[in-house]
Amino acid sequence: MNIRFIAIIKKEFLHIARDFRSLVIIIVLPLAMIFIYGHAVKLDISEITLGVLDRSNSSESRELVNHFINTGDFVLNAAIHDNDEIPRLFKNRKIKAALVIPSDFSESLVSNRTTGVQMIIDGSNSNTGTVIKNYTNMIVSSYSSYRAIAGMATPFTVEPRIWYNPDLDSANFIIPGLVAVILMMISALLTSITIVREKESGTMEQILVSPVRPLEIIFGKVLPYVLLAFIDGVIIVAAARFGFGVEISGSIIMLALLSIVYLYACLSIGLFISTRVQTQQVAMMLALVITILPSIILSGFMFPIRSMPIALRYLSHIVPAKYFLVIIRGIILKGNGFAQLWPQTLFLLILGTLLLAASVKRFKLRLE
Amino acid sequence: MAPSIAVKASGLTKTFGSFKAVDDITFTVHKGEIFGFLGANGAGKTTTIRMLCGLLMPTSGEATVNGFDIYSQSEKIKENIGYMSQKFSLYQDLTVEENIHFYGGIYGLSITEIESKTRWILKTLRLTSQRSTMTKDMPLGWKQGLALGCAILHEPAVLFLDEPTAGVDPISRREFWKLINELASRGTTIFVTTHFMDEAEFCHRLSMMHQGKIITIDSPRALKKKMNASSMEDVFVSLIESRS
Repeated sequence: MNIRFIAIIKKEFLHIARDFRSLVIIIVLPLAMIFIYGHAVKLDISEITLGVLDRSNSSESRELVNHFINTGDFVLNAAIHDNDEIPRLFKNRKIKAALVIPSDFSESLVSNRTTGVQMIIDGSNSNTGTVIKNYTNMIVSSYSSYRAIAGMATPFTVEPRIWYNPDLDSANFIIPGLVAVILMMISALLTSITIVREKESGTMEQILVSPVRPLEIIFGKVLPYVLLAFIDGVIIVAAARFGFGVEISGSIIMLALLSIVYLYACLSIGLFISTRVQTQQVAMMLALVITILPSIILSGFMFPIRSMPIALRYLSHIVPAKYFLVIIRGIILKGNGFAQLWPQTLFLLILGTLLLAASVKRFKLRLE
Repeated sequence: MAPSIAVKASGLTKTFGSFKAVDDITFTVHKGEIFGFLGANGAGKTTTIRMLCGLLMPTSGEATVNGFDIYSQSEKIKENIGYMSQKFSLYQDLTVEENIHFYGGIYGLSITEIESKTRWILKTLRLTSQRSTMTKDMPLGWKQGLALGCAILHEPAVLFLDEPTAGVDPISRREFWKLINELASRGTTIFVTTHFMDEAEFCHRLSMMHQGKIITIDSPRALKKKMNASSMEDVFVSLIESRS
């Protein structure tokens, strides 16, 4: 390797080691983020507050209510005696759902007539509402098949079996996504200021009068951060495994290798920004704006890409996190190998290289 | 190209928008000469140096440094020049020694060369005991010395110094000029801008710049004689006054 290149790498490491604030950002921020978001972003809903208006007041109706409570997802918060109480309970946020059992509930069941119960659901949060509705359907159908087994004609039942994430634990889905978002943000942030900082301090001028080539500067600046960002990746994957119990079913080595490819693309984004702006503040702002929102919204992290409007679906093709999400979820949840993941890997490699080439080209050897 | 010429500029011009920072200047600097560029702030000194170092593209005119063309051979020029900018531009968060090693590295010196150069620089600047000091903790005079040291590590043929002693105490300034004289006597060409008139006396030849133009070039003694002045300050003031 050439001496100029090594000199730049060595210097970057010294900067990193001496800059306490950066070190804190590099180590603490990702950990804080994964713990805060990992706990806050939960799609599972538990402790749904339930109010019950039991007009039947029979052993059958109490049995149905117990079915709800026994799932552990519902908490009985209010025994309702009158229809008029229901709106007040919703408005005071005492309950999220109200179960209304008709007075002929018990008789109908005993005499084997069709009957129904009513579930009133607070739909102000559509996601929670949908989940409560689904839970209710599941519980009611399990209750009726339980009744059926106990007595009459057995209706056919569906026994769903869920693969790759049997408990449908949203942590298994969210945490790998968080890894992608956090790595993207940190990497872009790290490199976005490296060149601008030297423009601001005047040292860039000193480097430009030396025989150093743009390629040596750009690669000399990227390499140390690849290592750092990789360490970050290890830290947060470890946090996902030991802090959130996300099991890695695929190869850890494959995950490490493909993560490096992703980091390469992310760091290139930061570097590209760095060659285009003049101040560290602008660089950091840009890095955050360009990385965080698209990585969360357009990557398939939370919202399925297939249900987006067509324009956004096209836009999502250039979001690197989208590709890494396929990779990391594939390896962690499905045990995917390179055979299934090479297209995503190839895209990240191409994107990183294009951005790096653009940075080298953009990086002028003259001041202007 | 005669080998005795280090820098040659003819009709060199740089405009920023409608502002003519450097306006059609022509001059020659000989090898081993200490060539001073005098002028008020904004006279065009820094712009001239930046064009010669390959940091700025001239608007028009020709120039060569050490025989290399500034348009087509800027890579060659970079290997043959040392540059110290107006703004202190070493890494504040690196130690003295680390700064020297870095600059040795980017000029492509071998590790043994860097080691021996570091020893030499530290000894010459009397900074050997400060080798592990963080650069930001040193007084400005020492920093400027170190910046000069880093600029001459690769033994450049031509050394460009842009206001190297601005804000430096008198003792450090004298040390600084001693080193510059020594370099010149060993054949290094020194191209220096300053607005200290006492420093102007150290130069072999001076060029006075005013509003982008060179108004006169001569030796300090000849200038004083011509303007009938006792000090360079008087020469400078009467030259400027005669222009306006």
